[in-house]
Amino acid sequence: MNYLMRRLATFPLVLLGVSILVFVAIRMVPGDSITAMLGTEAGLLTPAQRDSLAAYFGINQPWFVQYWRWIGGILHGNFGISVTYGRPVLDVILERFPLTLELALLSMVIALAVGMPAGIHAATHSDKPSDLGVRVVAMIGQSTPSFVLGLLIIYTLSAGFGVLPAMGEFAPLWQDPLRNLSQLILPAITLGFAFAASVTRISRSAMLDVLSDDYVRTARSKGASARSVIWRHALPNALIPVVTLSGIEFGYLLGGAVIVEQIYALPGLGRMVLDAILQRDYALVQGAVLFIAFNFMIVNLLVDLAYVALDPRIRLGEQ
Amino acid sequence: MTPLLSVRDLHVGFGRDPHANEVVRGVSFDLADGETLAIVGESGSGKSVTALSINRLIDFGGGRITGGAMTLKRADGSLFDLIAATEPQLTGIRGAEIGMIFQEPMTSLNPVLTIGTQIEESFRLHRGLTGRQATAAARDALDRVRIPDAARRLKYTPNRLSGGMLQRVMIAIALACNPRLLIADEPTTALDVTVQAQIMALLAELKRETGMSVIFITHDIGLVAGIADKVMVMQNGQAVEQGELNQILDRPRHPYTQHLLQDVPHFANGSATRADGQRDKGENTEPALKVDGLVVRFPLKSNFFSRATGAVHAVDGVDFDLMPGETLAIVGESGSGKSTTAKAVLGLVRSTRGSFSVGARAASAERRAKPVQMVFQNPYASLNPRLAIESILAEPVIANGGRVDTETRARMASLLERVGLPRNSLQRYPHEFSGGQRQRLCIARALMLNPSVVVLDEAVSALDVSVQAKVLELLVELQREFGLAYLFISHDMAVVERIAHRIAVIYAGQIVEIGDTASVLSKPKHSYTKKLIAAVPTIERRREHFEIDTRQVPSLVRPQGFEPAPAKWEQFGRDHMARVEA
Repeated sequence: MNYLMRRLATFPLVLLGVSILVFVAIRMVPGDSITAMLGTEAGLLTPAQRDSLAAYFGINQPWFVQYWRWIGGILHGNFGISVTYGRPVLDVILERFPLTLELALLSMVIALAVGMPAGIHAATHSDKPSDLGVRVVAMIGQSTPSFVLGLLIIYTLSAGFGVLPAMGEFAPLWQDPLRNLSQLILPAITLGFAFAASVTRISRSAMLDVLSDDYVRTARSKGASARSVIWRHALPNALIPVVTLSGIEFGYLLGGAVIVEQIYALPGLGRMVLDAILQRDYALVQGAVLFIAFNFMIVNLLVDLAYVALDPRIRLGEQ
Repeated sequence: MTPLLSVRDLHVGFGRDPHANEVVRGVSFDLADGETLAIVGESGSGKSVTALSINRLIDFGGGRITGGAMTLKRADGSLFDLIAATEPQLTGIRGAEIGMIFQEPMTSLNPVLTIGTQIEESFRLHRGLTGRQATAAARDALDRVRIPDAARRLKYTPNRLSGGMLQRVMIAIALACNPRLLIADEPTTALDVTVQAQIMALLAELKRETGMSVIFITHDIGLVAGIADKVMVMQNGQAVEQGELNQILDRPRHPYTQHLLQDVPHFANGSATRADGQRDKGENTEPALKVDGLVVRFPLKSNFFSRATGAVHAVDGVDFDLMPGETLAIVGESGSGKSTTAKAVLGLVRSTRGSFSVGARAASAERRAKPVQMVFQNPYASLNPRLAIESILAEPVIANGGRVDTETRARMASLLERVGLPRNSLQRYPHEFSGGQRQRLCIARALMLNPSVVVLDEAVSALDVSVQAKVLELLVELQREFGLAYLFISHDMAVVERIAHRIAVIYAGQIVEIGDTASVLSKPKHSYTKKLIAAVPTIERRREHFEIDTRQVPSLVRPQGFEPAPAKWEQFGRDHMARVEA
């Protein structure tokens, strides 16, 4: 618990660093919110009009004053107002987040459910035809861009079966679970396929390593069956790299999957952030990046805690 | 009477074409009920492969049995063909009728499961026990291998136990279901000599209790004297000699067996020790290395911010001097502080206190000598696999600001020749050399800077006996030729006996006895030295009953500010003294 406290204590420091980076980065992009909002009409504004708009958005102040006001607001729970949505930034983010979280979780479930058995099978049948098959599919999975796979799925469904993936207004899970799943399953498969390919490859190589370890030989010398050797003795030792990989991938997915959201017309975090950047919606970009960074840190912490649960040799926070 | 195990003309091969790559080529032996067979040989002799073939674990190591017959007499008297058996049939034999223990107890237990779970598994598999019954059986099994406080230790994971304890757990697992055959594959090689004696004693006792048969595989022919009824000596995949224990030990016929027997220690008469280089302080020679009151402590902190609450006293007041042309062996068990002493001498560990002085020989300016160099234990890990030998030998020169010029190249070539490697080795890579050759390379590297002192940290421990002998010979020749002083760190008394002029026995960070080799080995005075020497297996002490000694090494953790009492020494003879025991 002591360790947990110390880890949590580092969170504000990291977030402070991230906030400075994103604040500076978004302001280094040419253009501003006013031009982005009004387009060519921005050229018609008189200097006085432009100044008053700038004052309204608070972007006429020196950058450190802007930063100070932004951070001060966050400490009071106020992430600012999005200029594109005209609503509090946190509300906009939290509205989008459930979809992104659900999509990420679904993809991970698919990846682990497919990838781990495939990897274990390949490792226990190494250099046999089925191992080769698994490796080829995994290679394809890793090297197929998600837009290709997404479009292929949509094309196959519509051309082959005459159905289109469920589009239209997104239904949250707690309102219409069936409709929600029908909307998310294809995007989840699209994302999960590449994810599963990585999981397959890493669990195959981890299993192969572990299967040649001495304690596996010991288990066999006791008369343990092939199944018990794999599931009871080898697998728990092979899980660490799988957990590491899954944590990283999951963390990325929590930042939104722009391309897949675009293809399946889903209102997720990824598209929101992209739009916010294009619109120079400073408050929303900054808020979203902080939010994503925070999620990533939580995921990393969970991964570290998972290590402790998996391997009694790992003790966190010892010098 | 049919033997318990009968092996006829066994052939085992590896790889895609096992017939072409045979590692075991026609081995035959019989093992009767209650009998112990020792299989002795060096690495690559096929002894482990033979053992793993018996319970067919070799199938999982990429091996294939390419010929021969193996029959096991089962508990009900029926004969079981081990070669024709299917994998499901074999899982019923393994653990139930044939138990096995391995060389590395540290890696042979599953790190993520408690030892209780791992012992219980045997009972679940072959006895059908579950829940409390299995736990109770596991506790009994731990009691049986004399692990104190068994109920609590069942909940430990392997990382919390020492190597000796883990080997006992392995034995508990192997013997859980009372197999009638135990295969022990170098079970004590990775352990300290006193722990080895404990494990051997335990095996002997359990054998008496259960009447099981044992196949004991070892590279140390001295070890088999205490346990075996029959001995089989293997070389290059074939049994070169086999017979009754006394016949093999007293009247070995094959030259290889004779050679193996020649290299076992003979402490009692001191005859095998070196006679050259009598220590003569009269001539007023400067010591090559003088260590005074060396202390190495590692502070212990409960967490990063708090102050030290105590310290690990790894080395606690060590003094010795080392004359040119002399070998001082520092012997002790793991954790005694012998390697830390060596590292402190080299400056690889910062000493807390104490002083070193290195002899005047280094001062001669034109030789640009670096006084202390080192040769490490593992020749496979201490040469960078991506560097050619030329770069490896150039490394110490470059590190000391030198240039690789014609002089350096000439030195490389002459040193290579001197350590017995072909001149064309310079362009080759480490993987092209055998273990012994690599250790020769390491020696050549250490000599590149023309040192006055060479620290040899377990330098021959990883080598086979016959290779070991040749490397030791080379070291002695080089010592005479260059007047080198060796600081020889080792746990192996047999090796120390052959190379050391003097011995310092180190225990819990302190030297407890120091003196000339013959005197210390034949007339040890300190109780720890006696225990250490008594634990070394020799062929003279045949079928001797080992006492089980479960005393633990004292903790080296001391409270903050603790200072050991000043040492009191007692002198025995001209060059032999021991610490007075409290």
